[in-house]
Amino acid sequence: MQPLTSSDRIALEADAGFIKPNDRLASVERLEIYSRSYWFRVMDSLYDDFPGLRAVLGRRAFHRLSRAYLADCPSRSFTLRNLGSRLEEWLQRNPQYSGNRHRLSLDMVRLEWAHIEAFDNAAEKVLGPEDLLELGPGFRAGLQPYVRLITLQYPVDDLRIHVNRASDDREAASNAVLKQKHRNLTGRVSRVKPERIFLAVHRLNFTVYYRRIDAEEYRLLSAFRDGQPIGRAIRDAFENSPASTDEERSRLEKWFAAWAELGWLCPPAKSRKRG
Amino acid sequence: MPANRFNAFTDYGIGIGLRIPHYQHILGNKPVVDWFEIISENYMVDGGRPLATLDMILERYKVVQHGVSMYFGSAEPLNKDHLRRLKALVKRTKTPWLTDHLCWGSVDGTYSHDLLPMPYTFEAAKITARKVREARDYLETPIAVENVSSYAEFHISEMTEWEFLREVVERADCGILLDVNNIYVSSRNHNFDPFEYLKSVPAGRVAQIHIAGHSKFTKYILDTHDHPVIDPVWKLYEHAIRLVGPMATLLEWDDRVPSFDEVHAEALKAEKYIHAPVAAAL
Repeated sequence: MQPLTSSDRIALEADAGFIKPNDRLASVERLEIYSRSYWFRVMDSLYDDFPGLRAVLGRRAFHRLSRAYLADCPSRSFTLRNLGSRLEEWLQRNPQYSGNRHRLSLDMVRLEWAHIEAFDNAAEKVLGPEDLLELGPGFRAGLQPYVRLITLQYPVDDLRIHVNRASDDREAASNAVLKQKHRNLTGRVSRVKPERIFLAVHRLNFTVYYRRIDAEEYRLLSAFRDGQPIGRAIRDAFENSPASTDEERSRLEKWFAAWAELGWLCPPAKSRKRG
Repeated sequence: MPANRFNAFTDYGIGIGLRIPHYQHILGNKPVVDWFEIISENYMVDGGRPLATLDMILERYKVVQHGVSMYFGSAEPLNKDHLRRLKALVKRTKTPWLTDHLCWGSVDGTYSHDLLPMPYTFEAAKITARKVREARDYLETPIAVENVSSYAEFHISEMTEWEFLREVVERADCGILLDVNNIYVSSRNHNFDPFEYLKSVPAGRVAQIHIAGHSKFTKYILDTHDHPVIDPVWKLYEHAIRLVGPMATLLEWDDRVPSFDEVHAEALKAEKYIHAPVAAAL
């Protein structure tokens, strides 16, 4: 169980008056059982949901960040699945908890929250060829709710995949191998260099994948997600792009083919709600 | 007696909790199991693997929903989003009845994710019963409330836990998910006779029974669901069966989960007791 801080203990002692003691435990000790299990439960949930952030910050800093976040942003949902939903926004306001790895930490949190959403967000009916018969500039498509688009300043997608592999190896490896892997992971975190990345976090056959995409593709998919008509979405996506008209057409064909194969396009959100 | 309006007149036998470490074994080997209990909140999502796996389980097995965050005992109104998602899941699983705990756990929309003990007052019983009725009417499914294990008692309480349980279920006209391990744990933590508790339970309202293991510490017992069922709990179970008849029984094993076969074998130990004759006095 999580150890209580001195301020936890003082608060418990102040609140314990309404609890009956018994022949083995004082009122505050009985209340403490609940307090400890609360912290254990919520800290454990963040620990499971943000392994990449743990790798970036290290165990102690992650623990400090988790305590502070949960004190400021306790669960507002009936499910622990949503416990980390406010972590990125909170960390932006509290950079002291991520020190000199603040930008890297923010990227990792953004990726890990997108991962959670991609895992179990809804999958709507996929737009098929019959839906695209009347394709014109005013046509609107939607983006599957399980496809999350994010921008990154660091290649945390690679880092997170590495963290997953290290975690998978944990049970199989000896202590010596584990220590070596931990050193490798720490080294990888400290060597990571800034790199502008546009990422689609999505799922296929119930497994979450990270797919790097072009800036223009990112803008176009974002416009679909936001309900813009296709003509305007394409115009905006290629604004300031050096690509020629032929190149634009070729890239659009390639993207639409990939999206069709992945089933990423669906009816726009408004029509889904009406339906 | 076992099939009653609180479990939709079903006769479900002995089941186990559906847990992720067993998915592969269950879907691959298709073992014979009377029924599975699912934690509703684990499947109250919009898509992805949890629901796809559940659908595969539903093709072959009977499933009953067990919730952990309705918080009938919290002072605030029921969470409408929670209810809406729960109803969608009820339609999916066709659960004949559903269960949640006689406890509180949220304040003004902030959740503890714990099953907190209630002050046993008439006011609390009234509020709790009203919320149980509201949930049942919205979900259109019989509800049974589970007695929780607890580690604290309130000065303000006006009755015993078993009197409170009776007060709530009779006001709400709902069923009881009788957790005999929880009765044992609380009896040790609060120094009461667990058989006196059982004697007071309105037998005709029991829809289901839970059994589980727990962890013993120096000064208290913790309901950890990470061990086999101990003999004193089996004795309580035997006594409960004598009171309520051969009731749908479910083994909970949530932490340090062993193999499917081990968990199932532990649950099937209930066969030794489940067909005991009902006590003559009842």
